[in-house]
Amino acid sequence: MRALRRSGAEVAAFVVAVVVFIVPFSFMVLTAVKDELQSAELDFAWPASWPIVENFVAVIEARDYVLLRAFVNSTVLTVGAVALLVVFCSMAGFVLQRRKGRMGTTVNFLVLTGLIIPPAIVPTIWVLQGLGLFKTLPGLILVEVAFHMSYSVLLFRAFVAAVPRELDEAAMIDGCTGFRLFFQVIFPLLRPVTITVVLTTSVAVFNDFVNPLYFLPGDENATVQLTLYNFQSQYSTQWNLLFMDIVLITIPPLLAFVFFNRKIVAGMTAGAIKG
Amino acid sequence: MKTTRHRLGVAFFAALPLLALTACGSPSEPAADGSATLALLIDNNESTVNAAKSVVEAFQAANPKIKIQTETRPPGGEGDNIVKTRLSTGEMSDVFWYNSGSLLQALNPAQTMVDLTGDPVLKNVQESFLPVVTQGGKVYGVPAGTATGGGILYNRKVYEKLGLQVPKSWAEFTANNDKIKAAGITPVISTFKDTWTSQLFVLADFFNVQAAVPGFAQDYTANKAKYATTPAALTGFKRLEEVHAKGYLNKGFGSANLDAGIKLLAEGTGVHYPLLTASLPGFVDKFPQVTTDIGYFGVPGDDAAKNGATVWEPGGAYIAKTTKNVAAAKTFLAFIASPEGAAAWAKGTPPSGPFRIKGYQLPDDAIQVAKDLQGYIDKNESAPALEFVSPVKGPSLEQITVAVGSGLTTAAEGAAQYDKDVEKQAKQLGLAGW
Amino acid sequence: MTSSRPSTATPPEPRTAAAGRRTPRRKGRGNPYPYVFYLPAGIIYTVVFLVPTIMAFYFSMTRWTLFDSTFVGLENFTDFFAEQNLRIGFQNTLIYAVSTSGLKVVLGMALGVLLTSRLKLRGFLRSVVFFPVLVSTVAVGITFSVLLKPDTGLVNKALALVGVSGPDWLGDANTALLSVAIVDVWKGVGLATVIYIAGMMSIPRDYYQAVAVDGGGAWHRFRYVTLPLSWPATNSVIILSFIGGLRSFDLIWTMTRGGPGFTSDVIASIIYKQYQAGFFGLSTAGNVILFIVVTALVVPLTRFLSAREVPA
Repeated sequence: MRALRRSGAEVAAFVVAVVVFIVPFSFMVLTAVKDELQSAELDFAWPASWPIVENFVAVIEARDYVLLRAFVNSTVLTVGAVALLVVFCSMAGFVLQRRKGRMGTTVNFLVLTGLIIPPAIVPTIWVLQGLGLFKTLPGLILVEVAFHMSYSVLLFRAFVAAVPRELDEAAMIDGCTGFRLFFQVIFPLLRPVTITVVLTTSVAVFNDFVNPLYFLPGDENATVQLTLYNFQSQYSTQWNLLFMDIVLITIPPLLAFVFFNRKIVAGMTAGAIKG
Repeated sequence: MKTTRHRLGVAFFAALPLLALTACGSPSEPAADGSATLALLIDNNESTVNAAKSVVEAFQAANPKIKIQTETRPPGGEGDNIVKTRLSTGEMSDVFWYNSGSLLQALNPAQTMVDLTGDPVLKNVQESFLPVVTQGGKVYGVPAGTATGGGILYNRKVYEKLGLQVPKSWAEFTANNDKIKAAGITPVISTFKDTWTSQLFVLADFFNVQAAVPGFAQDYTANKAKYATTPAALTGFKRLEEVHAKGYLNKGFGSANLDAGIKLLAEGTGVHYPLLTASLPGFVDKFPQVTTDIGYFGVPGDDAAKNGATVWEPGGAYIAKTTKNVAAAKTFLAFIASPEGAAAWAKGTPPSGPFRIKGYQLPDDAIQVAKDLQGYIDKNESAPALEFVSPVKGPSLEQITVAVGSGLTTAAEGAAQYDKDVEKQAKQLGLAGW
Repeated sequence: MTSSRPSTATPPEPRTAAAGRRTPRRKGRGNPYPYVFYLPAGIIYTVVFLVPTIMAFYFSMTRWTLFDSTFVGLENFTDFFAEQNLRIGFQNTLIYAVSTSGLKVVLGMALGVLLTSRLKLRGFLRSVVFFPVLVSTVAVGITFSVLLKPDTGLVNKALALVGVSGPDWLGDANTALLSVAIVDVWKGVGLATVIYIAGMMSIPRDYYQAVAVDGGGAWHRFRYVTLPLSWPATNSVIILSFIGGLRSFDLIWTMTRGGPGFTSDVIASIIYKQYQAGFFGLSTAGNVILFIVVTALVVPLTRFLSAREVPA
């Protein structure tokens, strides 16, 4: 009886998940493989013809293969920004959670500030120009790091709280403080949250639309989200190509997720067994 | 009142030891033999992109030493900001295409663009165009593209089938709408998801405003005339209200976008679409019938005897002051503003109205809306839109017209809201008299 | 809190170390948690974020066209408060933030419980729920704008099958804001769920066993273990999604642009429209005001939440 109820619940959960989450995605995919005229109907109909290859090639070739360059740029941007974020923010989050005092209060305030205040575009450009980093990938990486810092610090701080202080103290008895304490003892324990931070910030950076537009202008420097503009303008939209582009640029985060998904579960299970 | 230029920014940089400004927008220094590479910034509308491609190809064939690299930006408000940001930070491409009229005024041309007053690049430009690219008595641009008509695009096939005549007055227009509705067809298409399309009943009514109150533009700029208190100006808002109240609109007008609207119009399931003629060329591939089936007439006013079109001037091509290739850029501008340049443009994108260039006529196979617009201009029955005769234009008009056109706000309220919106803009621009 | 054997939670090794609790700082070695850890993050934050922000605060008191700025004192602030649709904006901002963060907490926690249970489809469901987080806001906005269309949209077609005539979700003043809020939850609930899963997985098994020993059922497990011990996760989800909701505008912007008319405007979209109009000083003043409003709401909220946090 119980097993029956359980599998009933599973079926219900499955159906709800399919309707709520899968249908919108199948809509994207279906529209991506329609011809231009049918795609403009914007309905959920089965494609009348299947110009998959044509649409794919059209999207790749659009504006001198800008999509391929965009993929390279976005990859460099994402990897660079996320690497810096993980190292710097976990360090900051660790000290922030462990060491109270006036400094901690100030930093907490700054973290919150960073979460709340929308960035000021033009002054940021001036600063980057002053540093010679405007219109460069390193400049944009710093921008993304700064803009996603608060969120990452907050997550790390929250999960450092779950690491027993006794561990630090044991390590200190062995003479481990500062960098060794953090990188040898604490950081490995932060793996679950590190994975969460990696996954969420890389998705956020990869999917960022506004910052590349301002801080890395020019077709040469396009990032993937900006390619959506190629098929959508004030006057007309090529829906099939637009959705093909959406599907294509969603694949890398999807792959990252498929890759990390297991790690999340593994990381978390390890954490749970330890507890 | 104390005016500072980036004082804070400058102070900050002075404090920085690494004051190394990056290379500016131009990809290369001019070479001794006159060869150069120019960067060109345009908006990413399909019609602009196609036209630019054609113009650039023709130009490079005629001037093999100059190479043009085109980059695109988004259209609309986002694009405005990119242009402003790049100009103010000294990162603008050598040449860029941008609106003329009131939007140009906000770019501070005197500081950011190369002065073209009296320059030979203007040789082929019609004098009537120059005021819309002029600030403080200096000319900064040449026309890039065609004039465009604001008014009603209509399906001629349906007109033929129902035996309708192009209306000369609002009463005739309403009579047509009633007949169309009786035939079970949508009389008026509205697409408020693309908010800008909601403004046409107001903005394209300006020919009628001008006809009724000739001094409106001057008084309006000087903060003396208002939309809410000038009956002729208020009419535009009332039209919008009326069309909705009479149930002429298509179903789902609130979330429909331009694509959907053009589809209704092209397929004859909707008959009137208040729009710009420039919106049509981008759809010629998708709906080839629009070249002949869709016509244009100006928004009809109360008086059938005074009937005409409201015209948007072409955008301009401008040279950024930061360019290192002024000579090459001028060569390019001169080409754009020549009969050959116009011909190349027309090859890339079907013109949606006349060019403002001497010695170039619309081809005979031009699309119908362009011919209809040319007809008004030939008969001298046209007036420039308000944004070309006054720098004052509120930014929220499109939201207000959506609200009025959806029956959320009355015409009078909408007009009053717009007056306030305009006041805010005039204050922010620091215009005299506000 | 009721667990009868809470101390078993601590692994044996650290417990022996508890003796050293009173001397965390060892003489001559400096603090074990050195402030120098703040340095790399601090430099980037200061240079790329803090300095420009302070500059922007100055510009909020100027009439600023990017090319010139004229000092006008507090005029921009009074102008901002005179903005015609500000009241709608404030209301909508609150409605949006409260409804999205509330739904994310409730649904995220429910999904967290579901997806940490012994479901066979756990892996599949986890992936599916998280998937929308991976798609860019712009893409989600475009897709749902299409799905919510009145005639051709899938949502209304499905409703028509059961005889309901759905509204013009995004084109109707009554439904626009809430439709966007629901899409926001759709997109964001996966993140909340992951935070909950991480929090719930780190709850020591012993606590659950303790409840089982005391004869508690599923509800007891949830009420007395999962709910209180996933408090840090709740805390994070509330803070992130509430602040996110107060500041949010990208989804609103892609889906309704604050429309129809001004009916789904939030403060952030009002500010963005001013920015687009080229009123840079005014929009910066709006940002300062938004900052003050958000701080005024969030600081007490964080105080309240962290006061309730279970000590580690």
